[in-house]
Amino acid sequence: MKQLVLGNAAVARGLYGAGCCVISSYPGTPSTEITEEAVKFPEIYCEWAPNEKVAMEAAFGACLAGKRSFCAMKHVGLNVAADPLYTMSYTGVNAGMVIGVADDAGMHSSQNEQDSRHHAIAAKVPMLEPSDSAESLKFAKLAFELSEQFDTPVLLKMCTRVAHSQSLVELSDRVEQPVKAYEKNIGKFVMMPGNAIRRHPVVEQRTAALTEWAETAPINRVEMGGTELGIITSSTSYQYVKEVFGDSVSVLKLGMANPLPIKLIRDFAAKVKNVVVVEELDPIIENHCRQLGIEVSGKDVLPITGEFCQNLVAEKLGGEVHTGKALEDVIPPRPPVMCAGCPHRGLFYTLSKNKCTVLGDIGCYTLGAVAPLSAMDMTLCMGASVSALHGFNKALGEAAGKTVAVIGDSTFMHSGMTGLANIAYNGSNSTVIIVDNSITGMTGHQHNPTTGYNIKGDPAGKIDLEALCRAMGFERVRVVDPYDLKACDAVLKEELAADAPSVIISRRPCALLKSVKHAAPLTVDTDKCRSCKACMKIGCPAISMKNGKAHVDNTLCVGCGVCEQLCAFGAFKSTK
Amino acid sequence: MKTKNVMIVGVGGQGSLLASKLLGHLLMGQGYDVKVSEVHGMSQRGGSVVTYVRYGDKVYSPVIDKGEADYIVSFELLEAARWLSYLKPDGQIVTSTQQVDPMPVITGAAEYPTDLVNKMLATGAKVDALDCLSLAEQAGSAKAVNLVLLGRLSHYFDLPEEAWQKSIEACVPAKFLELNKKAFELGKNA
Repeated sequence: MKQLVLGNAAVARGLYGAGCCVISSYPGTPSTEITEEAVKFPEIYCEWAPNEKVAMEAAFGACLAGKRSFCAMKHVGLNVAADPLYTMSYTGVNAGMVIGVADDAGMHSSQNEQDSRHHAIAAKVPMLEPSDSAESLKFAKLAFELSEQFDTPVLLKMCTRVAHSQSLVELSDRVEQPVKAYEKNIGKFVMMPGNAIRRHPVVEQRTAALTEWAETAPINRVEMGGTELGIITSSTSYQYVKEVFGDSVSVLKLGMANPLPIKLIRDFAAKVKNVVVVEELDPIIENHCRQLGIEVSGKDVLPITGEFCQNLVAEKLGGEVHTGKALEDVIPPRPPVMCAGCPHRGLFYTLSKNKCTVLGDIGCYTLGAVAPLSAMDMTLCMGASVSALHGFNKALGEAAGKTVAVIGDSTFMHSGMTGLANIAYNGSNSTVIIVDNSITGMTGHQHNPTTGYNIKGDPAGKIDLEALCRAMGFERVRVVDPYDLKACDAVLKEELAADAPSVIISRRPCALLKSVKHAAPLTVDTDKCRSCKACMKIGCPAISMKNGKAHVDNTLCVGCGVCEQLCAFGAFKSTK
Repeated sequence: MKTKNVMIVGVGGQGSLLASKLLGHLLMGQGYDVKVSEVHGMSQRGGSVVTYVRYGDKVYSPVIDKGEADYIVSFELLEAARWLSYLKPDGQIVTSTQQVDPMPVITGAAEYPTDLVNKMLATGAKVDALDCLSLAEQAGSAKAVNLVLLGRLSHYFDLPEEAWQKSIEACVPAKFLELNKKAFELGKNA
């Protein structure tokens, strides 16, 4: 029977069906659920690795050992894992290995909208691109077959709308794969120059063979519907094209993003009068066509930025555009905010009050940049806060003033440690703040090496952050509770004044964790409230001004008491 | 059947994921092709969230575009207004009258527009607005607003009561089943 399955869950189901045995991933929207769903199958060993590079290398080790393996990451995670990827292309695999990468056109939850297809082309690795959940399952299984047939890791490219959409899927059973006995093969697996020189031509021959395969592969299919307009498309863009035009135009639907077929595209283009390429983000299929000397339209009519949708495709390609009525009123935007009771709030309030320059990082705490806290000056990529703080301080010395780095526990484990090593080694007077909320928050509560639990929630190795920082040479390691504003302020001032590098660990578990018990909501004594709005400086979504007085929304308030500490008139009280 | 479109809109954390899961289950059970599209991550943190539910003989796009929604189900008044342009000319809005100030309103940078229900009606939209939060609290939990809204939405769907009940049972944790069934009833009969 068919089931309604999330794209990412369908990938997990495909991995299960293909007999995949080992999965190592780092969470990242929109890829996270692949691994979270796969862990539900007892036949598959799953783990959260500290970062994507470690995950990919762990998966590589597993495939080398002879079992089918997988790793998942978001698009920017593939940059972190690019180093092993580009050389795994040379070594090839033993048992099959597949890498799931999820792009985020539209940047629903990302810092850029890079197109992962570039990595597939540059690394010379095949990439499959499903357009719905049924294909997600099918392509995950096919990816393992290709991996073993062509001796290559295979990329499975998801995007937000495929990863986070549910559609109907026919589930299939697991087929166990025999272990491919590991055999020593120095020439294939030891990539030193002498061996790599011999492997590179193998990679080029493989790409030629894969191109040949792509010419007739059923995942690249032609749906003829007239000779006027032919659309070449892939992934979720295919769905928008079909939504607008149904069977009234001809479509070449490409399920393989790399390598792209040549003859298939030439033949399709020859059958229609005009060819348009409909692809999100970069003009990769379009440039391929141009290279073949085929006259196509693409980014001259469709945008290179953001997500597509059916109205956009209709508007640009002459379909029926739907419109609706809007109100004349200005609808205020509703940007994401730190949750009520978020432990990061007290820390960012303290940083804002002390007028610090804050080099930030990737996680929920990036929301510290949002008004009214506005307590962040830079966010770049995982770990950059720590490394950039060092550079900032080296450049300006004493003149750097009150500059700090803020990084989460999971992000610190991912790539903050190496930056901290640089501070210790090359000696800058830097103050690094680790906001330790005991979980990977933004991606929906995944454990990491500092939480003491593994992906299944079972007890696991726990890295002691204080001991780690001390072992790296930091003599000043302080721990503070961000709900205690006075203590936060005092510790921050001391560490900024100190003539030595320091680490402040701002520690309190995420307020959304089920294990966290909340205090009763607060309420405002309107007789005591003087409408000074001091409590409004922390940007808590539970506090607003109603009839000139502060008001607490009791459905949101978790009684953290940070607002209470800001009120000089004792207007906040517990409802307990 | 031509594809029908339901948008579920609200503020991150209000429970729209359960509502879409339940609708998806219900419509699949009726033999339709179904697609449900949601967004996870950053925008869930108290931001404006939207979930698309589409069903029919064959559904292609996972998203609903401007002027295409047959129904907009809204957990919050401002969010109903925000997504109004996605409604079909003859579409139906089912909304909670709850108002949650967005951060620009809290900080004083913007104002929460007044009289939104009447303004939406004035555009020709059909609007069914009710105090879902009070009804959910009456059922036993403020978190049951999603089931109150679905109960109300069930008015406009030509589906047997039994199918709704089956989907509630399939999608809601057993511990909260009675509470959610009560919330559904209260919404339906409001």
